[in-house]
Amino acid sequence: MQSINSRRMNQTTPQITPELVAEHGLSPDEYRLLVGVLGREPSFTELGIFSVMWSEHCSYKSSRVWLKTLPTTGPQVIQGPGENAGVVDLGNGLAAVFKMESHNHPSYIEPYQGAATGVGGIMRDVFTMGARPIANMNALRFGAPDHAKTRHLVAGVVSGIGDYGNCMGVPTIGGETNFDARYNDNILVNAMCVGLIDANRIFKSAAKGVGLPVVYVGSKTGRDGIHGATMASAEFDEASAEKRPTVQVGDPFTEKLLLEACLELMREDAIVAIQDMGAAGLTSSSVEMADKGGVGIELDLDQVPTREEGMTAYEMLLSESQERMLIVLKLGAEQVAERVFRKWELDFALIGRTTDSGKLVVRHGGEIQADIPLAALAHAAPVYQRPWTRKPAPAPVAAGDVPAPNSLLEALEQMMGSPHLASRRWIWEQYDHMVMADTVQRPGGDAGVVRVHGTKKGLAISCDVTPRYCAADAREGAKQAVAECWRNLTAVGADPLAITDCLNFGNPQRPEIMGEFVEAVEGMAEACRALAFPVVSGNVSLYNETNGVGIPPTPAVGGIGLIPDIARMATASLKQDGHVLVLLGAENGHLGQSLYQEIVAGPAKGPPPPVDLAAERRAGDFVRGLIRKGRVSAVHDVSDGGLLVAVAEMALAGGFGAELDPAPAGLPAHAVWFGEDQGRYVVAVPPEEVASLLQHAAKAEIPARRLGKVTGDALKLQGEAPLPLTALRLSHERWLPQFMGER
Amino acid sequence: MKASVIVFPGSNCDRDAAVALEAALGRPPAMVWHGDAELPNSDLIVLPGGFSYGDYLRSGAMAAHSPVMREVVRRAKAGTPVLGICNGFQVLTEARLLPGVLMRNATLKFICKDVHLRVERTDTSFASRYKKGQVVRFPIAHKDGAYFADEETLKRLEGEGRIAFRYCDAEGQTTPEANPNGSRNHIAGIYNETGTVLGLMPHPERLADANLSGTDGANMFKGLAESLAA
Repeated sequence: MQSINSRRMNQTTPQITPELVAEHGLSPDEYRLLVGVLGREPSFTELGIFSVMWSEHCSYKSSRVWLKTLPTTGPQVIQGPGENAGVVDLGNGLAAVFKMESHNHPSYIEPYQGAATGVGGIMRDVFTMGARPIANMNALRFGAPDHAKTRHLVAGVVSGIGDYGNCMGVPTIGGETNFDARYNDNILVNAMCVGLIDANRIFKSAAKGVGLPVVYVGSKTGRDGIHGATMASAEFDEASAEKRPTVQVGDPFTEKLLLEACLELMREDAIVAIQDMGAAGLTSSSVEMADKGGVGIELDLDQVPTREEGMTAYEMLLSESQERMLIVLKLGAEQVAERVFRKWELDFALIGRTTDSGKLVVRHGGEIQADIPLAALAHAAPVYQRPWTRKPAPAPVAAGDVPAPNSLLEALEQMMGSPHLASRRWIWEQYDHMVMADTVQRPGGDAGVVRVHGTKKGLAISCDVTPRYCAADAREGAKQAVAECWRNLTAVGADPLAITDCLNFGNPQRPEIMGEFVEAVEGMAEACRALAFPVVSGNVSLYNETNGVGIPPTPAVGGIGLIPDIARMATASLKQDGHVLVLLGAENGHLGQSLYQEIVAGPAKGPPPPVDLAAERRAGDFVRGLIRKGRVSAVHDVSDGGLLVAVAEMALAGGFGAELDPAPAGLPAHAVWFGEDQGRYVVAVPPEEVASLLQHAAKAEIPARRLGKVTGDALKLQGEAPLPLTALRLSHERWLPQFMGER
Repeated sequence: MKASVIVFPGSNCDRDAAVALEAALGRPPAMVWHGDAELPNSDLIVLPGGFSYGDYLRSGAMAAHSPVMREVVRRAKAGTPVLGICNGFQVLTEARLLPGVLMRNATLKFICKDVHLRVERTDTSFASRYKKGQVVRFPIAHKDGAYFADEETLKRLEGEGRIAFRYCDAEGQTTPEANPNGSRNHIAGIYNETGTVLGLMPHPERLADANLSGTDGANMFKGLAESLAA
């Protein structure tokens, strides 16, 4: 049976058969619903339109009921979910526009273009609202290092992200990368973009007004990416390589021109509504814009600029060719708009009008190819309450049950040199992280920070989730993702403002996977509420499975925070010999699901470390206060790998060693040094400030103790041979370049 | 003193250059669109970094043929100082205002990091605030930054003292490890015959602000402001 992509497309349309419907990703019930909506059988073109609009990727049919439970409001929220991106107030008339999106399935099939177009797509979502992108981040999940495809995928994804972002001139200032066998056949590429906007000049996508010109701008339309949305809504199997034509091809130079042209037009008074053509291309943008505006829309595909001969209506409507926008202009603004786009040498075509029919009417070659009631297309996609089951919580693991290492420092070196913790410098040195001359904290720290151009303010950004925690307990793991993001922003001195998310899961038609999704959303909602850290935008990527084996639940969180004055910002590097290290936050020696277990005393077992949201808040607000008052010379939050890893990271960043006090009695030493209890920070302060710091912490009900002293060029633990920083640095920096075949 | 920054389709460090120039000169530069055949009176012309024309064909090749470049070349030959940064350096070599070519980095990958440079010559308006042999720190961010010229050209450049900056380590030694991209003779930047046109791959405009962890770049713009205002 030929797949959709190997079938030759021509104007003599195929017969609608049950097989054809199934190939389009619609169930028999969904097809019956479709026929009911139309009052007749669909044309082939109409079948294509419904298949993408009602796909999981576009309609969120499995996730919608649960996403409604996430907190999305707050005094700082200007625009929550429902637009191209979320918008958050930064004060003084400025706002941040941001979102994260997944490009998982395409990146597995074609890593370079899949990742590149993921970056391109998310930047368009931001600048379509009128914001100039000022920083990018990404969260990448690859398979085990020893899996045959991993290295090729890493090389392709990193160069795809780099080439696209670098050419656009937007700095990529950080991210996360994990390696885990459960992503062997389903890698994850989540791309985040943050832009800056004048809060009074936000452009939205609701096309209000009848008889308005609908204009297509950007690149010509080709046959690439057709059914990209449907492909992202299904699992992979052996035939997946055939899906290659569904991967879009990116051109960052054209997108840079598009960015500048759009921002230039936005300075005029010409635009009613604007949306980028992303998943499901011209179809989704025209349907969504018209539906939100409460109008109908008619399109004449003869006007669409194409770069292939003989494209059919079906192809033009479903093409996911990149770097295109759809604009609904004010009456009479066509000339102003055309002038701008011609200056930037981009295609510009009047392809339709808004109407009062409430329908999508598409003409091609003089004939009507589609005639569909819009409201049904946009809203009648079935919303599923998929059955789900809760996973029982894993049995607790006592610290004493986890074998101690022969040497704590040797275990540390092993961990720092492992794929889990090794330096990602090989990756981020391929990203221009300084263009726009506003990068105040570069990749490698707790959060990337860019200055808000022309001000003293800083915007801190972090991407976080710990998939092994989520696999053990999706609810606690998702809570932890939000909490860790909040901590990372706090650790650089920012007020956390809001998050975006990429919820990456397996097949929701399996109750245990649906259960992971439900629990993750519950955990996120609880943490977002407790930390006043709402969700303003996001994306769901389901069906990340191959031959029945799914990824661990991976609810990736991307957060932003505001630093009122970058002169009061913290970094993790140790800076001053003689300063004292202090640990803030409760120590319980939790080794369950720790990297120590995973790497040294495996396998990882038990529940993830619990998150006490009230304690997180207390500790974080206290640390932020210290930073704002200039009382600390270094700050780092404690996360993957635990306390000793946090100290090691601070030492390597600054080039200063540390002499650490013996672990307190009451817990095994390895539980103290490698336990991953949440809600903790390590700070460095001048020796004369220690007593007062401990006093203030006690008053704020935050457990605190002296850890040791900044000194020398090695890490020293009592009763062990010192670990010189030079040796540690070698181990830390060596793994990734070697894995990628260098040196 | 008046400066102009040329903006090609795909330039993306134009604003960065403008900010650094304004800080040093006290007034914003003119931003000149590539399609303009005319160029305002300028004491300094800057070709900024970026991906003009997406680096299609060869980096800088298409930009070198932009309408405005005819005028830039004429002014350069008449003695107006021209500064080409990164992609700007590539455009200068394609426009034959400077010899040689910038090729794919030896590692074949894009590299973004701080590097040390040794200041080889200080008797120009660009380097007037540095000392000969001084080691400065500038960031690089490029995939095609390996400077190449044939032996004869290299001998000439060296002989005429036209090397502006060389990649080096923190102590000023031109070790192999200190060469980030495989440039011949560790060349990071060169001058034309009269020392009035400078092309360099590193980005001085990115380290011209104490908040961005360095001000070595600011000294280039301040040096230009002082020498050219005179």
